[in-house]
Amino acid sequence: MQREELTDFLKKHFPDATFPENTQLPEMIVPAGDIAAVATELKTSKDLAFDYLISLTAVDYKDKFTVVYHMESTLHRHLLVVKTDITDHEQPAVDTVSTLWPTAIFHEREVYDLFGIKFNGHGDLRRLFMDDDYGFPLRKDFSDETRVLTLSK
Amino acid sequence: MGIKIKSMKNEDFLDNDSLEIFKKSGGNILLTSIDNLVNWGRSNSIWPLTFATSCCGIEMMAAGAPRYDFARFGIEVYSASPRQSDVIVVAGTIVHKMAPVLKRLYDQMSDPKYVIAMGACAVSGGPFAYNSYSVVRGVDQIIPVDVYVPGCPPRPEALLYGVMQLQRKIKAGTLFEADKKSDTEKP
Repeated sequence: MQREELTDFLKKHFPDATFPENTQLPEMIVPAGDIAAVATELKTSKDLAFDYLISLTAVDYKDKFTVVYHMESTLHRHLLVVKTDITDHEQPAVDTVSTLWPTAIFHEREVYDLFGIKFNGHGDLRRLFMDDDYGFPLRKDFSDETRVLTLSK
Repeated sequence: MGIKIKSMKNEDFLDNDSLEIFKKSGGNILLTSIDNLVNWGRSNSIWPLTFATSCCGIEMMAAGAPRYDFARFGIEVYSASPRQSDVIVVAGTIVHKMAPVLKRLYDQMSDPKYVIAMGACAVSGGPFAYNSYSVVRGVDQIIPVDVYVPGCPPRPEALLYGVMQLQRKIKAGTLFEADKKSDTEKP
């Protein structure tokens, strides 16, 4: 599908989602609770068929976390960016998509490792790079006096 | 055109105070003769451990390949086992997760053992010295280092220079100093 066609199709199928304009790739922002259902629909629908999860990452905006999914259909050759905002900054959690795309097993472990975002239903959510008792280094409020050397401002 | 490779003058190469500091034995003739023989053997057969953690490893491989060929200096075999290697060239970034592995590899090597810190990361943390939660700021925080080779990454010539400095260091030491080293300098 072409970009306009894809956006119109998605608007029809996901009424709860919002669609930012003037983005590099077609984007869709969905509520955090809907991500599992939306992802299932995106992957299994014959017209969409997003069978390839390119990347799964997160952003810390201090008042919220945003989990970002890049996905592509190798059948239809279209791309989509799905974002979801997690407003709970203390105990952030979102449903897993690793049951749909197995590549997300490691992506979600990495996001958990660096941001501390829990993925419900993941099954193997262990730390990937850092020690078990270490903080979450990519959070904006992260600090480590012993390991991190900062230049004085 | 053509590339002009400038070589180091011999007097520049020998301009190094450390040698005089090491050369303070003044023992009897028999001992120094044995020292000379043993050091000659040790310094001309340094087997490095196959250990490279990032891009400096590529330069180390280039130094081992035919163009630079540090087998000329006896740095002959890249040993895949720490038990059979004499020098560990720390070629690359050491992160906190890698640090216990490096320490174990160093401990598994048999005496006499030497360490070359190759590149900015191994010397001081390099580009990751500030604002990094994962990188060890200098390999000398974990294991004692004999020769530092700066550069990012150092050219093979620089590694050759470092290796030759290590050979000079070995030649200047005595048997008993070398044995004492591992007892006193354990971090």
